[in-house]
Amino acid sequence: MQMTGAQIVIETLVEQGCDVLFGYPGGQVINLFDELYRSRNRIRHILTAHEQGAAHAADGYARATGKVGVVMATSGPGATNLVTGIAAAYLDSVPMVAITGNVPCSQIGRDSFQEVDIVGVSMPVTKHNFIVKRVDELAETIRAAFQIAKSGRPGPVLVDIPKDVQEAVCDHTPYTHPIEPDRIRPASDERLRKAAKMLAEARRPYIYFGGGVIAGNASAELIALAEKLDAPMGCSLMGLSAVPSLHPLFLGMQGMHGHFASSAAEDAADLVLALGVRFSDRATGEQGRFSAHFNIIHIDIDGAELNKNISAALTIRGDLKDALKRLYELVERRHNPVWRKQIDRLRQEETARTAYSHALLEKKLCDSENYLTHYQIIDAVSAAAPADSVIVTDVGQHQMWTAQRYPLRQPRSFLTSGGLGAMGFGLGAAIGANIATGRRAVLFTGDGSFGMNLNELATAVSEQTDVTVIIMNNGALGMVRQWQTLFFDSRYFGTTLNRQTDFVKVAEGFGASGARASTPVQLSDALHRAFSQSGPFVIDAHMCSDELVLPMLPPGSSIDHIITEIE
Amino acid sequence: MEQQYVIGVLVANISGVLSRVSGMFTRRGFNIDSLTVSETESAGLSRITVAFRGDDDIKERIVTQLEKLHDVKEVEVLDPRETMIRELLLIKVRNDAETRQDIIAAVEIFRSKIVDYSKEALVCELTGETSKIDAFIDLMKAYGIMEMCRTGIVALERGANCLRTRKEAAVE
Repeated sequence: MQMTGAQIVIETLVEQGCDVLFGYPGGQVINLFDELYRSRNRIRHILTAHEQGAAHAADGYARATGKVGVVMATSGPGATNLVTGIAAAYLDSVPMVAITGNVPCSQIGRDSFQEVDIVGVSMPVTKHNFIVKRVDELAETIRAAFQIAKSGRPGPVLVDIPKDVQEAVCDHTPYTHPIEPDRIRPASDERLRKAAKMLAEARRPYIYFGGGVIAGNASAELIALAEKLDAPMGCSLMGLSAVPSLHPLFLGMQGMHGHFASSAAEDAADLVLALGVRFSDRATGEQGRFSAHFNIIHIDIDGAELNKNISAALTIRGDLKDALKRLYELVERRHNPVWRKQIDRLRQEETARTAYSHALLEKKLCDSENYLTHYQIIDAVSAAAPADSVIVTDVGQHQMWTAQRYPLRQPRSFLTSGGLGAMGFGLGAAIGANIATGRRAVLFTGDGSFGMNLNELATAVSEQTDVTVIIMNNGALGMVRQWQTLFFDSRYFGTTLNRQTDFVKVAEGFGASGARASTPVQLSDALHRAFSQSGPFVIDAHMCSDELVLPMLPPGSSIDHIITEIE
Repeated sequence: MEQQYVIGVLVANISGVLSRVSGMFTRRGFNIDSLTVSETESAGLSRITVAFRGDDDIKERIVTQLEKLHDVKEVEVLDPRETMIRELLLIKVRNDAETRQDIIAAVEIFRSKIVDYSKEALVCELTGETSKIDAFIDLMKAYGIMEMCRTGIVALERGANCLRTRKEAAVE
């Protein structure tokens, strides 16, 4: 059938399973929007306030479901506004397709109005990108974009389409099914057998897992293996939600602001089974200690991650779900009473250290009548929020507190910008997650992060998304302030937000509701209101700016230098 | 141990592919000694030859990162004992009665060729391994190099081994 390029784009999106598109119109995508209008019963278009919000929303949609998120923006500034969102998806391996319009081919390279070489700009932050200069290559390029985005280690793909290509006409035959991801070569049998042998010989096995377990839908296989091996587990920030927080073998997140017990358990292990992790500097601390203390078996779908940051005794490249299933068959069921006892002691030590740290904090809080602590806020929210809520964070102290403490129940229920650490990620991602799942999204943010992209409240209101925003408002850019406290002799500069912003009025100004809370009673009232109504609700929870995220492993150091309390 | 590696890379012959490959090196902080791109026996493929210095660990990281690029079809670290490595040099030196005979002698010994002759200048052409090219340039310095240009390394394995046939064999 003869179709215009714009029709082909929308038909191919439908064919590839796209049901929601986050976007913002502009001069070079009007043709595409006209086709979106015609296809409005097949694709729901969500108009955001800013292209960055659209990109984070598509990312949140993808993280919450595992499906490919789709975002569309115009040329020039529309395209460059996507870049932070694309980079956040790239660093956390999120499948996403970004479609941008561009000036007509004849105008490219002449610095035309709203012309930017977005393929050049986005090259380092996409898994791959394309500019399509011929209409007869459009359909296959968009199919390739979806295939690349979801194959192997997922990631974002950008397709740039000049306006004349959107207008040109050619013959088009739709596919009946979405394109399948590339087949991944299965993990080597020989290496899996070697892994099983190493696990059998280990006395203190420990499992360290990351976002690869979630991307690979391998949670059930991971839990089964851990239970068969009786091995304690810890995870990176990106691994959170793969295993229920209350699982008896789970010790929590490790790394710079990880749990004491998981970091200490890994240090005490003689064999670490590392699954779908990339050993980032924030997750490992001193990278040198890794090979020194224990052996590592590293399994990942991306061969380039093996031996990239640390060297492992055994590397296995392959799909995690399949590898874990097969490894499960190869290992003997075992019990490690001595090792488990050692772990229990670490847990007890952690409980004692946390209690001591909280006691110090409460003693120190200048005016505890007017401030909530992070654990009061997180515990109150988790008690009040629906059990199937999707928890989303922005970036900073609130992110680490939530990662440490919020009890997570199912995979894909914790969305955070781990690799890029993009402040302003949260609100867009929460909107995308709610639209994708229909479940309530609870965003933990800070007064700094929220200030970056709070314009998306407009989107949350127009779309009536169930997004509950908890601003952990400490009047500061808390994480940087914390470093100034610890490493720069408390010279606070550029981190104190003496702003007069009234977040409740801000919410109301956008057409949402809000409440302020500086006592547990006020908080519980506000939460009751927030969760008993639909649509967005903003809670401005006041905290003292001196609270620190603890424990803390100073950058590049080991467990011996962990800070668990500050006098 | 640090040493020089030469890798052959087959890439899709489409625009932007050189940016993707060279961009990967820049982004990940790998230094390139030499990089050449050329057509191949197949219209759809180009061949990039990259030379760099590094240890085994760096070499592995470069190979696995290159393999991740969508337009990269094949990557092979070439074994120096089984590989012919060549560069082409064009060098313009001052043509001067006093030194002309010495230059001509050097040209003969190095199996170079004089490809242009004018009153003021001589242009010599030389092919060979990097060390031979370096030695010739070093010698010419004394006679006054006006300008020069070298292609960078191209390399092919000896015998019937080819980058593509290996890939095809692996698929079967």
